[in-house]
Amino acid sequence: MTPSTLPVQKDPFSSRKPRVAVLKLASCDGCQLAFLGLGERLLELAAAVEFVHFAEMGPLGPLTDLDITFIEGSLSTREDLETVRSVRKESRYLVTIGACATSGGIQALRNLTSGESLSGIYPSPGFIDFLDRSTPVASEIPVDLELWGCPVTGEQILGALRSLLFGTTPPVEHDKVCLECKRRAIACVTVTMGVPCLGPVTLTGCGALCPSFNRGCYGCFGPSENPETSSLARKFAGLGLPPDEIARRFLFINSNAGPFREEGERWRGDHSHER
Amino acid sequence: MTDESGRFLERERFSVLFDLLRERGYHLVGPRIRDGAIVYGELPGPEDLPVGVRDLQGPGSYRLAPGDSGRHFAWANGPQALKPLLFSPRETLWDSRREADGSLSFSTPDTPSRPLAVIGVRACDLSALELQDRHFGKAPFPDPFYAARRRDLFLVAVDCSHPAETCFCASTGDGPDARSGFDLALGEIDEGFLVRPGSVKGRDLLRDLPLSSSDPVMEETLSNQTERARIFQQRTLPSQNLRGALAGRPDHPHWNSLATRCLSCGNCTSVCPTCFCFSEHEDPSLDGLSSQHVRQWDSCFTPGHSYIHPAPLRGETRFRYRQWLTHKLDYWHDQYGRSGCVGCGRCVSWCPVGIDFTADLPILLEEPDGR
Ligand code: SF4
Ligand code: SF4
Ligand code: SF4
Ligand code: SF4
Repeated sequence: MTPSTLPVQKDPFSSRKPRVAVLKLASCDGCQLAFLGLGERLLELAAAVEFVHFAEMGPLGPLTDLDITFIEGSLSTREDLETVRSVRKESRYLVTIGACATSGGIQALRNLTSGESLSGIYPSPGFIDFLDRSTPVASEIPVDLELWGCPVTGEQILGALRSLLFGTTPPVEHDKVCLECKRRAIACVTVTMGVPCLGPVTLTGCGALCPSFNRGCYGCFGPSENPETSSLARKFAGLGLPPDEIARRFLFINSNAGPFREEGERWRGDHSHER
Repeated sequence: MTDESGRFLERERFSVLFDLLRERGYHLVGPRIRDGAIVYGELPGPEDLPVGVRDLQGPGSYRLAPGDSGRHFAWANGPQALKPLLFSPRETLWDSRREADGSLSFSTPDTPSRPLAVIGVRACDLSALELQDRHFGKAPFPDPFYAARRRDLFLVAVDCSHPAETCFCASTGDGPDARSGFDLALGEIDEGFLVRPGSVKGRDLLRDLPLSSSDPVMEETLSNQTERARIFQQRTLPSQNLRGALAGRPDHPHWNSLATRCLSCGNCTSVCPTCFCFSEHEDPSLDGLSSQHVRQWDSCFTPGHSYIHPAPLRGETRFRYRQWLTHKLDYWHDQYGRSGCVGCGRCVSWCPVGIDFTADLPILLEEPDGR
């Protein structure tokens, strides 16, 4: 089919090709790769939209008059705050991609320290205009859609784009990793090996990737709805994990996401559970 | 050489059964070891069965260990029932297309038609299959995908000799020996198998098996073994009909105590051989010209299961757990004339936090004030 038959050029956008930007803040670039990993479908996508700004792919046009903006990375410097405020004004739809942009990412681990660790990493931290905390984009500006994952998948990106281009509500994933794990007929690693797995409190999206390789889920896709973290933490304790290690399970990729942070904080430095 | 009245198949000749099924065009599936569990997979021959292992099951725990039996079926069921073979975890129900003239067209994918022979089906799963048949086969709208797979199924059952610690089929009346719903059933003793047919297809195949006559000692060994398997089972489901018993106790405080343990993860409903809930969604192409309508396993533990605008009716875990148990053990009687539990024990073994409803039921059935 030729691009001229695409309905995307009609409602809800004007007759021009939708202008799309992919922006990066404090992040590892892994989520942008979800676009580049689309293969043939990236060509289809590039025919349907105009990538105005997408550093990982090439274009570095000005961030103005945008239909859809994808943001990767957390708010980590003062400059990030200014960038997102201005890009919000210029974007019709704004979508965060990945754990960093959506919860603050792995770098939000520094929120749990009092800043002392930074001097151990950077010889002259004064040169970096960093904020005290690494926070999600939605803590500064309104966000239309948040895609969880570390990294996000091409399917999530396409799903979001399709809906926004068609003017329909994007599908929001609610199922937990366990459901997908069972659909894929993976033998539960907690039950067969006693491996601690965050699957029961984590959104699916990865297709139960880690359990399919005999690993417990790391919680990349963030807390699910109705996350029963206390029961799961008690299970981890029953598997023999000491409190600090239980805390580390929750305070990892999405340490700044409410339910994970709260459960992690409960066990962190808490030795009352030990006999 | 076949003895007309014979029903004994020597262990050395077990592979003939596989050959005969293959000759008749069946694709062979059976229990295999994968990732530390016994799960269904392609089963070329008897040597691929989990020989020399035993399963140790308990609430939230499943382990395989070396076993000293040379038998082919000296273990109980793993996480999967027949369910995934018939009710696919995910499949496309129809495709829609926008044609050049702007009209919409719909097409259904070809219904699957690969004759499958499943070897090693247990009694609990045969009962569950009968329930799934009633659900998916219900007139006037039988499910065509389920029906196509079901039609071409050949079932070789095995009487259970080594129930797991979590099994309680004896108390639900569904096992441990296979009673109906199979084409052939095998009773395994040390020397081999006592074979009995359960259908015309089975009888037909039986005629070609190299059987010899069994002796009364063999028959007695088998029936004693089944009796021992029955007695071995410690867990029970109250044999009383629970119709009304749980639905009549929606405010029992024990539901809350269960909710402090339950993860709302849906592992129990996924492994349950009788659970049948699914959700459906559209998977459109990027160009907006076509879309697939997909169905996948759902669970009463998801928010979508009870979602009615603007929120799920069962938002909290205690309501979801209550729904699962009350439907399974209570409403099922109204729907299908029996309980939805066949005593396979999977929801006990495969619950990550080891919730065992056979332990909670007596508490739920007591009046809250202990009377
Ligand atoms: S392996 Fe993890 S995700 Fe899979 S069923 Fe077990 S707890 Fe859930
Ligand atoms: S409720 Fe549990 S024991 Fe009963 S059939 Fe389902 S999985 Fe098996
Ligand atoms: S529940 Fe009964 S029939 Fe099912 S595996 Fe256990 S012993 Fe066998
Ligand atoms: S009973 Fe167990 S398996 Fe079922 S939803 Fe609750 S925690 Fe998950």
